[in-house]
Amino acid sequence: MPEARVIPLHPGGDEPSTPTPPPGWEAQLTELVDFLRRRVTGDYDTDDFGFDPDLTDHVVLPLLRPWFQRWFRVETQGLENVPDVGGALVVANHSGTIPVDSLMATVALHDDHPAARRFRLLGADLVFSTPFMGALARKLGATLACNEDAERLLRAGELVGVFPEGFKGVGKPFSERYTLQRFGRGGFVTAALRAGVPIVPCAIVGAEEIYPMIGNARTAARVLGLPYFPITPTFPLLGPLGMVPLPSKWFIAFGEPIETASYGPAAADDPMVVFNLTDQVRETIQHSLYQLLLQRRSVFS
Amino acid sequence: MPPAVVLVTGVSRWLGGALAAELATDPAIDRVIGVDTVPPAPEVLRRLGRTEFVRADIRNPLIAKVIDSASVDTVVHMNISSTPAGAGGRVPMKELNVIGSMQLLAACQRAPSVRRFVLKSTSAVYGASPRDPAVFTEAMQARQVPRGGFAKDSLDIEGYVRSFARRRPDVDVAVLRFAHFIGPRIDSLLTEFFRLPVVPTVLGYDARLQLLHEDDALAVLVRATTGDFTGTTNVAAPGTVLLSQALRRLGRIAVPVPSAAIGSLSKLTRSAGMVDWSPEQMRLLNYGRVLDLRVLREEFGYSPRFTTAAALADYGRTVAPVVPPELVGSVAAGARTAVSRAATGITGLRAAGRSLWPRTPDAPLVPGLRAVRDL
Repeated sequence: MPEARVIPLHPGGDEPSTPTPPPGWEAQLTELVDFLRRRVTGDYDTDDFGFDPDLTDHVVLPLLRPWFQRWFRVETQGLENVPDVGGALVVANHSGTIPVDSLMATVALHDDHPAARRFRLLGADLVFSTPFMGALARKLGATLACNEDAERLLRAGELVGVFPEGFKGVGKPFSERYTLQRFGRGGFVTAALRAGVPIVPCAIVGAEEIYPMIGNARTAARVLGLPYFPITPTFPLLGPLGMVPLPSKWFIAFGEPIETASYGPAAADDPMVVFNLTDQVRETIQHSLYQLLLQRRSVFS
Repeated sequence: MPPAVVLVTGVSRWLGGALAAELATDPAIDRVIGVDTVPPAPEVLRRLGRTEFVRADIRNPLIAKVIDSASVDTVVHMNISSTPAGAGGRVPMKELNVIGSMQLLAACQRAPSVRRFVLKSTSAVYGASPRDPAVFTEAMQARQVPRGGFAKDSLDIEGYVRSFARRRPDVDVAVLRFAHFIGPRIDSLLTEFFRLPVVPTVLGYDARLQLLHEDDALAVLVRATTGDFTGTTNVAAPGTVLLSQALRRLGRIAVPVPSAAIGSLSKLTRSAGMVDWSPEQMRLLNYGRVLDLRVLREEFGYSPRFTTAAALADYGRTVAPVVPPELVGSVAAGARTAVSRAATGITGLRAAGRSLWPRTPDAPLVPGLRAVRDL
């Protein structure tokens, strides 16, 4: 019996597209040299808010990517709901003791969105009053969560991210996971109304389990001037090792945009419209959180 | 209607002298009177042209006589000191700034000839705190009211000018809130600071800097003096740089200092006579401050010729960099050629290895589906 022979089904012709090979070490090294030259001579651009795209693209995003792809295995859904151009306000739930969720959402919108959108986060003033952290947050494109900054960014056509729960969300005990906290005073809705941009509700599942907060050392928090001091099963018990987040499985889902332009900018001063929109956004996020939780087989897979 | 008699205070400094010199070249203006406590330096004096210099202290009621006898119609107040050493200490500085401005305003209020008042103010009135919005418009106020020093003085002076405007509604008042000045000729905090080979910065903070080129500052002052703008406007160049970035562009070496040590360091450099700066100014730099330019462009009607980056580059021509960019460039180019040489070397080695030990050629890869045929 002759040998079995392998023949191609499509001889010649339409070859399936092979993915472009990753750049060789030579190109990578050359790029690194160029990057270092730019950093040493200050030959890069920053904007009025202190955003440094060069640093973000070449240092911060590459550092976050392994966490995004391998550690948390983030799956993004509904990216078609985020516009390719123009301003929009992404409103998301906040959790995880340390705001890792905001960083992962930044990677998701840059790497997975076809238009590679920049995510301009709004942060609490505690972030900006802390040395190092404040300066770094600005370089990543964040700015203070105040209406002036939010409106200015939205009018400039930026994609702005806000976590209206704030510290109440990120520092809530593990037993309250996936229940949304109070949504502030609806300041984010007035900013969207004044700028006339859509609100994109965003649900993030997985961040709750990275540091399950089982206790809060109030005295330590007061001494350090922090809103809370987390106690997790591994921190501070295992010291620095306890700072490694648990490898939970993440989903980031963007919901259908809620249009605000038809209300007109004057509606920002109508508390009824603002409260209704705030509730609508909050309920949408809570609903999609429950849906995503049903999709997830277990916390870690 | 252009002004007939202009009085400029603080004429012995670079910007005041430049403004007086510029106004003196305008034939529509009859007289330009420069006032200062110290006589101008010879090179400033040479440029002043037909400007009449009056050595007077604006804290002295004598200033009222000058305004009256010359029937001044436009007053440009620029005699505000930003550093304690320039005025001889914090107490004389406050006296010159606040009491001097009050005296000048009192004199103007009594003089019926005055119909225009221009104040050179500063963006420091917006204060500096982590609660600040990124960009300030003229309508915004300091989130944390500055408690002392230059910023407080400037806030007080603006307050006195506002009440002067209420008492003399017939006088047009223009308040110009300037960003940090920079340029090859002007003497400002930053120009002195950036000349240090090793520049102290506050550890853990990186300010957004918005600058203003001296030529633009002069053009805005001339326009404010001869034009008809009333109200308050921010004056700054478009665009920003980070403090760290500015230092790198100028080839300076930044030395981050813990904020607690800034005070003693400033005393040390001041006593060594190197640079005169106060820790308060350093703290103003911590968070940075960016100004909205809509009023300047649309209502005042001026678009700065220099962006912040261009103004910095123009200033950079006059300071020799400690780390020359050419050196960095040649090092980078050297590294790049080394990388490509190593790459060709490695490919060459691989090719040599292959010719020495020829491997059996790999079976050709067939992409996609494969069918097995049974014969």
